[in-house]
Amino acid sequence: MIQFAVLMGFVLAALSPVLNRWFGQRTSLFLALFPAALTVWLLLQAPEVLENGRLLFEWQWVPSLGISLSFLLDGLSLLFGLLITVMGACVLVYAGGYLKNHPDLPRFHFALVAFMVSMLGLVLADGLFTLFIFWELTSITSYLLIGFNHADINARKSARQGLFVTVAGGLALMAGLLLLGIASGSWSLADILSQEADLREHALYTPMLICLLLGAFTKSAQFPFHFWLPNAMAAPTPVSAYLHSATMVKAGIYLLARLHPELGGTALWVGILSVVGATTMLVGAFLAIHHTNIKKLLAYSTIMALGTLTMLLGIGTEYAMTAFVTFLLAHSLYKGALFMVAGILDHETGTKDVTQMGGLRSVMPLTATIAMVAALSLAGAPPLIGFIGKELMLESVLGADSFQTLLVLFAFFASVLTIAVAFIVALRPFFGKRHHTPSEPHEAPNSMLIGPALLALGSLLLGLLPSVLGANALLTAAATSISGQTIEVALSLWYGVNVALIMSIISIGFGFLLFKRWDSVRAKLSILAPIMRHGPEAGYESMMNGIVQFSEWQTRLLQNGYMRNYILVMLVTLIALIGNSILLRHSPMFTFELDVRFHEVVVAGTMAMGALFATTTRSRLGAVVSVGVMGFSIALIFILFSAPDLAITQLLVETLTVILLVLVLFRLPRFSNLSTNLERIRDGSVAAMVGILICLLIMTAWSIQQFEPISTYMIENSAPLAHGRNIVNVILVDYRALDTLGEMFVLALAAIGVIAMLKLRQGESRHGEGSSGKSETSSKVAKEPYDG
Amino acid sequence: MVKSGTIILNTAARFLMPLQLLFSVFLLLRGHDEPGGGFIAGLVAAGAFTLYLFAFGVSATKEVLRMVDPRDLIGVGLLLGMVSVVPAWFMGQPFLTAQWWTVPVIDFKASTPLIFDIGVYFAVLGSVTGMVMTLMEVDKDEP
Repeated sequence: MIQFAVLMGFVLAALSPVLNRWFGQRTSLFLALFPAALTVWLLLQAPEVLENGRLLFEWQWVPSLGISLSFLLDGLSLLFGLLITVMGACVLVYAGGYLKNHPDLPRFHFALVAFMVSMLGLVLADGLFTLFIFWELTSITSYLLIGFNHADINARKSARQGLFVTVAGGLALMAGLLLLGIASGSWSLADILSQEADLREHALYTPMLICLLLGAFTKSAQFPFHFWLPNAMAAPTPVSAYLHSATMVKAGIYLLARLHPELGGTALWVGILSVVGATTMLVGAFLAIHHTNIKKLLAYSTIMALGTLTMLLGIGTEYAMTAFVTFLLAHSLYKGALFMVAGILDHETGTKDVTQMGGLRSVMPLTATIAMVAALSLAGAPPLIGFIGKELMLESVLGADSFQTLLVLFAFFASVLTIAVAFIVALRPFFGKRHHTPSEPHEAPNSMLIGPALLALGSLLLGLLPSVLGANALLTAAATSISGQTIEVALSLWYGVNVALIMSIISIGFGFLLFKRWDSVRAKLSILAPIMRHGPEAGYESMMNGIVQFSEWQTRLLQNGYMRNYILVMLVTLIALIGNSILLRHSPMFTFELDVRFHEVVVAGTMAMGALFATTTRSRLGAVVSVGVMGFSIALIFILFSAPDLAITQLLVETLTVILLVLVLFRLPRFSNLSTNLERIRDGSVAAMVGILICLLIMTAWSIQQFEPISTYMIENSAPLAHGRNIVNVILVDYRALDTLGEMFVLALAAIGVIAMLKLRQGESRHGEGSSGKSETSSKVAKEPYDG
Repeated sequence: MVKSGTIILNTAARFLMPLQLLFSVFLLLRGHDEPGGGFIAGLVAAGAFTLYLFAFGVSATKEVLRMVDPRDLIGVGLLLGMVSVVPAWFMGQPFLTAQWWTVPVIDFKASTPLIFDIGVYFAVLGSVTGMVMTLMEVDKDEP
């Protein structure tokens, strides 16, 4: 069962500390067997998927809520699944070399394997809930991985930023998925994709699409949410290669592609996706050449690629779909390889700045070759798969139905800039004269070369022989499941001399010129720095600061540590809520029958006297006693209305309350009058309003019967079903046992809290510090936990 | 500052505590059919210990309790509450479904609600006694 295998990954992740002890430096290799095995499994399923189009592995999870852990395997998820597992194996092997002898390697393995499993679950999920859970899991594991070097404040900050942006998008996504489920009437993607009804006509289409797009755009770093991705480069390089180029950032793209057959093609979809995608593409490519940090260069070019993919989904023609799957595959291959090369350079030279490197070709020839092949694919040069991807992309832009001019312009400039980036990454560190670097560079160890070499070889092979390894068939299946109609993908290097090819050639020329003049261009671009500072990231920062300021303000206002203030806030809220529903939404109505006996009047009078005395007395003990009198009178009322259980409980609770209060009272400072008259009037009126409203509420509730009372059922079934004649007890331990269980935990927590606070204070006063001015702590203790 | 009790309180506490504890067990066991139950019984038992605390102070009460810390009683209570969930699980029935067994010779009806109620008893007893005891303990340290 595949779900089981995938979930076992979490167990494997949790076991990584043990595995590290057993396998030592070979743990990475051992763990790489897991994605490798999954790759084999996916490949074994491939023929059936290609034949039938869709495989469903059903597994019920919470059947009563329609939540299942079913997996859906079609062309799209097969392509993504293979990318995740193949890249996962490469990255694990690579990480074994990159983080060799790192003391926190087990933690890294844990987070990476957990991420891999989450990502795999995300692309295989059939249920919308499952999809969402795995989606959030990827955000969390990504947070752990970005913040891997947790001693570094930048890493922590970037991790938090990535988490906030993606999880905020996740909230929108949840809303979108719920709307999708409601609109389509099903929580299963397979059902939604194969149903007749057209969701595009549905009234909820626009809000649903906007929510889903917010989720996808934040995850996939689309403009203006792109800023978290370059910052995420604080993660170790294997993470950047895996999460932030090949897999996680493509989750949003995956979601869009997955829903394209049902939601795509409308004016709204085409407009938002092509414009946002094209903007992201250009912005990413433009921002890339500002940076000399090799990882930032690659990160911005990843943003460019993500923008391209979104744009292609927006264009939505048959050609665009072919371009989409090809570009996706090509990008994962070359960008993964390039990131790993960047990691090797960083690892060997001790710097990430490309301007500090040079002439490394002679010391690390293998790395240089890999970098060259991958960068050529990035630049879109023949005979690599990147070339085919770019040709198809330009071709689909030229054939776009809407925004054609804009898209063509953006695509052209973006390719010029991307080509410059490719040249910078591939030529700058390896050619020219040797620079002095912080550490003496050597060729990387084999474990770090295997991964990028395989990926670069893949780029080359798929470019030369697109039909090899069944790539065409796989891409056909993927494109078919994205568009909903059958699309035959037949890649080839030569489509004849056309506009796209001419654009390609011109852009390579311009790109090379830009590379040559990169240093002076960068100097000129630094003029823009003041404007850049007001980008979307500044918006994020000020929003976060605003949230912090707001919470500080409201904490000062609502939770200032004064008991009286807490009570006031709670009571005013109560007044607002009850007042709203009683006075405004329902008019207070009650049938009033004055049918009282003499002894009832006496009891009520005693209670009123007790209340009056408690509020006016200047003696604390007197107040406690008079509140006790009220409590005992209530118990008396329970007895009069023949509720012995309640009466006993009330009596006992009242007794214990008085005891606890007395114990606490001795610790309070002397009684004094600190409130001003205005405060007294305020408190008095709040108290009076609460009293009046509660009274109104009880009388109203008494005279309105909205539902059949359930007490008859409980009375009738108490003895036959629950074998008990005391209905109160049967309710507590049988009918509503879950509530009681919860209350038990609340009671226990309250008691432990009280004990801990008192012991803490005891410890403090033993150390001879501050026994005064702490009276607030004790007065909070006076809270008496009541049970239902 | 709570002073240890007078001779009347001391004598009363000495005799009342066992009776109160016995009464609490009585209330606990009859609870399903007659007024009573775990919560009330727990409060009665807590009252018994509180009375003893007032009369003889913290250390004497701790001696009466022997090795048992009230905080452990809270844990026992929660554990019993959770344990009572398990049988229904084994029977393949919904969460918290009550199970009844009759002990043959003495004709005693054992059930998961009873286990649950005993859990409530201990949780309440532990919480209240723990709080009162800690309050008095802290009190003693005050100058």
